[in-house]
Amino acid sequence: MNTRVLRQLLGKLGGLLLTLFLASVLIFSAMLLTPGDPVFTIAGSVRPTPEMIAAIQEQYHLDQPVWVQYLSWIGGVFSGDLGTSFVYKTPVAELIAPRIGITALLVLYTLVLIVVFGLGSGILAATRGRAVDRTVLVTTSFGMALPTFVVAILLIWIFGRVLGWFPVYGAGSGLLDNLYHLTLPAISLAVLYIAYISRITRGAIVGQQHAEHVETALVRGIPRSRIFRRHVFLNASPQILSVSGATVAGLFAVSAIAEQAFGIGGLGSLLTEAAARKDVPVVQVISLLLVTVFVVLNAVVDVVIAVIDPDSTKPRSLA
Amino acid sequence: MSVAQLAGGRVPRLARRASARDPLVIAAALVMLLIAVIAVFGPLMAPYDPNQLYVGPVLSPPSLEHYMGTDDLGRDIYSRVLVGAAPSVIAPVFVVILSTALGAAIGISSAWFGGVVDGISSRVIEVIFAIPGLVLAVLAVSMFGKGLIAPIAALSIAYIPIVSRLVRTAARAELGKPYIAALRIQGVSSLAICFRHLVPAVLPPILAQSTVGFGYAMLDLAAISFLGLGAQPPSSDWGVMISAGQPALLTGAPEQSMFPAALVVVTVLAVNILGARVTTWAEGGDR
Repeated sequence: MNTRVLRQLLGKLGGLLLTLFLASVLIFSAMLLTPGDPVFTIAGSVRPTPEMIAAIQEQYHLDQPVWVQYLSWIGGVFSGDLGTSFVYKTPVAELIAPRIGITALLVLYTLVLIVVFGLGSGILAATRGRAVDRTVLVTTSFGMALPTFVVAILLIWIFGRVLGWFPVYGAGSGLLDNLYHLTLPAISLAVLYIAYISRITRGAIVGQQHAEHVETALVRGIPRSRIFRRHVFLNASPQILSVSGATVAGLFAVSAIAEQAFGIGGLGSLLTEAAARKDVPVVQVISLLLVTVFVVLNAVVDVVIAVIDPDSTKPRSLA
Repeated sequence: MSVAQLAGGRVPRLARRASARDPLVIAAALVMLLIAVIAVFGPLMAPYDPNQLYVGPVLSPPSLEHYMGTDDLGRDIYSRVLVGAAPSVIAPVFVVILSTALGAAIGISSAWFGGVVDGISSRVIEVIFAIPGLVLAVLAVSMFGKGLIAPIAALSIAYIPIVSRLVRTAARAELGKPYIAALRIQGVSSLAICFRHLVPAVLPPILAQSTVGFGYAMLDLAAISFLGLGAQPPSSDWGVMISAGQPALLTGAPEQSMFPAALVVVTVLAVNILGARVTTWAEGGDR
């Protein structure tokens, strides 16, 4: 990696931090923009006395100027104090901590399915002739119209009622049981992305296959499998990665839909429930977490692309 | 990034070769027309009151009285699906119109003014892009309460980056052409150049993106309703119906979920086919 690439990456890091800062300000301002006084939301059904109002204002820092509120909120996020839930009156950290694991496992499981079947079918479509190409094209056309909630109810019907091979509710206990329980949720999340990634992979590889250096290598008699690994796939990978990165980083958010359908007590179902009950502090922290994951994963993808293909960081003449 | 990539990878060869007379494209257009008719005239076509309880037995299969059967509360599923088309289909149209108008305005002014305006708007777009649409929608619901209004507003903002980046690129390419400089020398006003030349030039990619964006907006809004944060029962929004029918799946009565789910899939499939066609046209493949 040369200095130009390094400088580009440092610049990207600065941009990333600025984006995260601005996003955190935006998420924080949700509390200020919420109609109605948060004191009454926190007090719930009881009519607060002046002493209660003062106590609540102090506990939630509502009596401070806005920028102090922001600083104490973001400072708390860094020191592990994520604030207090409006609804449960317990620390947000205690609500989130036990739920992160299962969502991370679900996302990871989904990611494995996406990589294996999305990348796999895309490569097959690009390399195994017309019939395979057509089949994959038609299948992925349907796949791209199958959102998580539709696949979920199809699977629940088929497996819950008709076949009964996989559980359709809850997350189970223990890693193996977790994986068993998460199979259908992971499939429901993966279908749309598999179709999408398959299309992108196929397009990127087809674009590379007819490049001049590939034709030359073929003429020189270099084995096809080696050309594919060293030239076609490697050169197609930045294009696949750059489009897939953002899509897959969004999985953490979309996971809420599968968690809802299959009754999994993860981060997503907490987010949904908190939003339904107007528990703004919980929604803010989970949003910040998801945005951070999204931004960091995208940055990682950018770095990987820069390593594979240093030219990608060169300033474009027309962009 | 081209429109084709945003629409899901390269435009398949199948679609690229397709002419306007392609039966697949005609079928997709007919499906969209039918869905639009249902969305507008659904309430007039419904044989029963969609919210009337026990117009038939509970969870009955399709019959001559109830074409799609009845749901867990004895309501007519066919009537509910017809009436539910309006929130399911018209709400995403609002998202497309709002995000396109805002995104196009930002994209064109970025390209036109450049410099500081371009820098600031690019930064704002970067921040919006960093927040997934679903997260922004959920945040909006936690602030303003359940219903379709908050998610429509949130998604309209979340979809701005795709449109504005697209428009900015197209507008910059057009502004770089020699004829624009020639017009300026002739003393044609900026406003005239902008509306007579720039806007028409960026319209094809905008149209292509709007078609594809409609499909995404529909899926996102249905997902939000499925989560219980969008349209509220007894509304027969398709996302709400799919979610409400879930318990009945396990008793062997899938109609309540499956019919609205099938409609969502068919609509999005038609949108995707049309989207690929419009994209080909916008990229100058077959005008």
